[in-house]
Amino acid sequence: MSNFFEKSDLSRNDAESIISDTLKKCDDGELYLENSKSESILLDDNKIKNSSYSSDLGFGFRAVSDEIVAYSHSNEISKNSLKQSSENLKSTLKSAKGIYNHEIPKSNKKYYENINPIEQKTLNEKIEILNKVNSYLRTKNSDVKQVTANFLGEQKSIEIIRSGGQTLTDIRPLVRFNVTVMLEKNGRKETGVYGIGGRKSYDSYLRQNNWKNVCDEALRIASVNLESKPAPAGEMKVVLGPGWPAILIHEAVGHGLEGDFNRKKTSAFHNLMGQKVASEGVTIIDDGTIDNRRGSLTIDDEGTPTEKTVLIENGILKNFMQDRLNARLMKTRSTGSGRRENYRHIVLPRMRNTMMLNGNNTQEEMIKSVDKGIFAVSFGGGQVDITSGKFVFNCTEAYEIINGKIGSPIKGATLIGDGPSILKEVSMVGNDMMLDPGIGTCGKAGQGVPVGVAQPSILINKMTVGGTKL
Amino acid sequence: MIKDQEYLSEKASYCLDLAKKLGATDSSVIVGNSISETVNFRNQKLDESNRSDNLAINLTTYIGKKKSSISSSNLLKENLDILIEKCIETTKNTPEDEFNSLPDKDLLAKEVKDLNLYDDTHIKNEAKIEYLTKLEISASNEKKIVNTESSFTQDKSNFILANSDGFSKGYKSSSFTASSVTVAKDDKSMERDYEYTSKCHLKDIKDAEELGKLAAEQTIRKLSPKKIGSEKISLIFDKRIAKGILSTFAGAISSSSISRGTSFLKDKINQKIFSDKINILDKPDILKGLGSRSFDSEGVKTNTLKLVEQGVLKHYLIDTYNGKKLNQKSNGRCGGTSNLYFENGNISYKDLLNSRSKCLYITETIGHGSNIVTGDYSVGATGFLIENGEFKHPINEITIAGNFKDMFQNIILANDLEFEYATNSPTMMIEGMVVAGK
Repeated sequence: MSNFFEKSDLSRNDAESIISDTLKKCDDGELYLENSKSESILLDDNKIKNSSYSSDLGFGFRAVSDEIVAYSHSNEISKNSLKQSSENLKSTLKSAKGIYNHEIPKSNKKYYENINPIEQKTLNEKIEILNKVNSYLRTKNSDVKQVTANFLGEQKSIEIIRSGGQTLTDIRPLVRFNVTVMLEKNGRKETGVYGIGGRKSYDSYLRQNNWKNVCDEALRIASVNLESKPAPAGEMKVVLGPGWPAILIHEAVGHGLEGDFNRKKTSAFHNLMGQKVASEGVTIIDDGTIDNRRGSLTIDDEGTPTEKTVLIENGILKNFMQDRLNARLMKTRSTGSGRRENYRHIVLPRMRNTMMLNGNNTQEEMIKSVDKGIFAVSFGGGQVDITSGKFVFNCTEAYEIINGKIGSPIKGATLIGDGPSILKEVSMVGNDMMLDPGIGTCGKAGQGVPVGVAQPSILINKMTVGGTKL
Repeated sequence: MIKDQEYLSEKASYCLDLAKKLGATDSSVIVGNSISETVNFRNQKLDESNRSDNLAINLTTYIGKKKSSISSSNLLKENLDILIEKCIETTKNTPEDEFNSLPDKDLLAKEVKDLNLYDDTHIKNEAKIEYLTKLEISASNEKKIVNTESSFTQDKSNFILANSDGFSKGYKSSSFTASSVTVAKDDKSMERDYEYTSKCHLKDIKDAEELGKLAAEQTIRKLSPKKIGSEKISLIFDKRIAKGILSTFAGAISSSSISRGTSFLKDKINQKIFSDKINILDKPDILKGLGSRSFDSEGVKTNTLKLVEQGVLKHYLIDTYNGKKLNQKSNGRCGGTSNLYFENGNISYKDLLNSRSKCLYITETIGHGSNIVTGDYSVGATGFLIENGEFKHPINEITIAGNFKDMFQNIILANDLEFEYATNSPTMMIEGMVVAGK
């Protein structure tokens, strides 16, 4: 556990009294302290290109009055620095006359262990695996022209001190192991990317030479793409595979169900609560409580324990994801979804692990039912305009479907759809739900946070595929 | 107040000295401080104030051809001592790479040019509020505007870059940025658009009322969009989208993509990749330029480069490491381009719109659909249908796709270049791209 006051002229008592004094007429607010350590070890172009280590320390002081947020952050944990921040907050909220809500619910559940993954494996061991990855891939296939592999590890300690002295802490490990491979054959180049990770030690993901499976998967995707032909252009049926393609859920409905956009009425979903927004049989939850998952959190960045939030139940919109500010203004409770990238940023309602639950169909049935369409297996990333509801995501592995059979692979293409209506176009939900491999990062308002997604295979009646073949 | 050169230099020398003492044969360090103050408005009321004070140190140590780096925001001596020791330890354990080295001494910048990048003015929050109030009154003027969010940020920063070859230079810079995001609604649709202004000097930013008015107009005209059919058609890219095409080009000629063989522009030096009329410059010494600099992030002097001359690719963007791999000298582009732009074309904006009986005018793209390995491009888009030079109706939920190799050959530029960002393009037409819609 970090002791944030150990090497500072600021004592915990001083801090508590500055916090209480600053927030006395506010509705909410806290001092958020963070100490994070992270490493990146990168192999690229046959060499260890980068071995870096970073340590980041700082605080963010927030005061909230009605709808107004005042925020100030600094790297210097000192009396002067906190006092200056306090002055900044007070000058913004001169006319604050709120009632501070002290209550943060408590929970003893933890969803990951207090480990520092960086220290659990030596630099030499990490370098050795990266070198093995490189030679394994280059030996396995002579078309391999480039290999990039990296370890990213982090341990983040946070402490939240609220007015009145309530203190909440969390220690969050996070690791990721990625392999990118580029093939070149007959003058054509294609890449394949795969990775794994979560909130455990590197070894729990890499045991029994599991790094080989990661390599094989990246190589498989690149090989498929090497044979791909131009993707079709226009509206057609789309079958999505299980797991990572749930980026669709994240972009199409996830962002639109975040509390801030709905309080501000800028989301295409703001007036649809209690209404049918998806086909019957479609249930979507956002869950922060799955052990060791990349998107899981014991407490969110306001100190609220996370939970499993039902967003859409059997097609009906049930809940938005809330932080404390938006929950208070919308007269509901926080769902433990208040998150920030780090102490430099204010809290926003964000997703954790967003999942569509199983239905009764099989993937085989879905493909059989399609005359002309595409089968999308893997994705690069996505984006959404929450106001118009239009969203995109980029296929990195997809095939054409002709007369109920999977055909040739097609080149990477963007798929575009309309969030509020796309889930009504879901005509089959599979029974093969899978979690993603643990590599997702979601961006919002310039802040990146680790997230997860999951879904079974689904069949969508109509989506626009952005290929080049008319 | 941001930390002065003296404070930053002192921290930098401390790191270099300790690294040397612990066994580094070479080292380089960047110490920086930035303070940014933001006020956000929503629906004509104060929504958020944010002050951020960032300190950062980034040290790279070399032992012969071995290299490692650390970074931290905690500049206390005890912490730096632990980190530098760790950095040296990691360096010792990292395999050698023959291309690792500091930049050649004779390429280092000899002077810091006065490019007028710092405005000492401190705009108080009250003054920001006054600007935002004017902006939002103007933006909310039309009934169809149902939500406005705007923001004013003042950024001040200072840094020192130093290395064990005796280089030690840095300078202050500032930026003042205002933005307005508006949401408009009618019975069929809800749409969002924006406008923003960012300058090194406060007095150069756009007028508040004009900014709000522009944001509102751009949003309202997007209402009640239609989806169109799939077809091959000419596209006109608004300036704010056209500059993205230029950024992708810059990514594809970075020496790291070239030396790794992962760019569709590898081995294209002295080849014609654009049409005759296209010239691309990267000019680091524009006064008050948002991308201006005296040297790159390794301290190498940056001169103006004519990257593309009459359609022919003349230079890659080269840093020290990848330069050595490619057997070329750094041209001061570690960290990327400075002020990158297409030179003006020879047709007016109006004539460009009129040049086809039917085309699409693209104002926004979404998704990360640029692949610099293959050159494939496929993104979601919104814009307008243009017939005989007239804006007919807004369109959305379409994708646009092509391959940069073909797209570059088919670019036609208008003559309306302005320096609003670090990367700038005139309005651009690309012929023969595929639109997917209904």
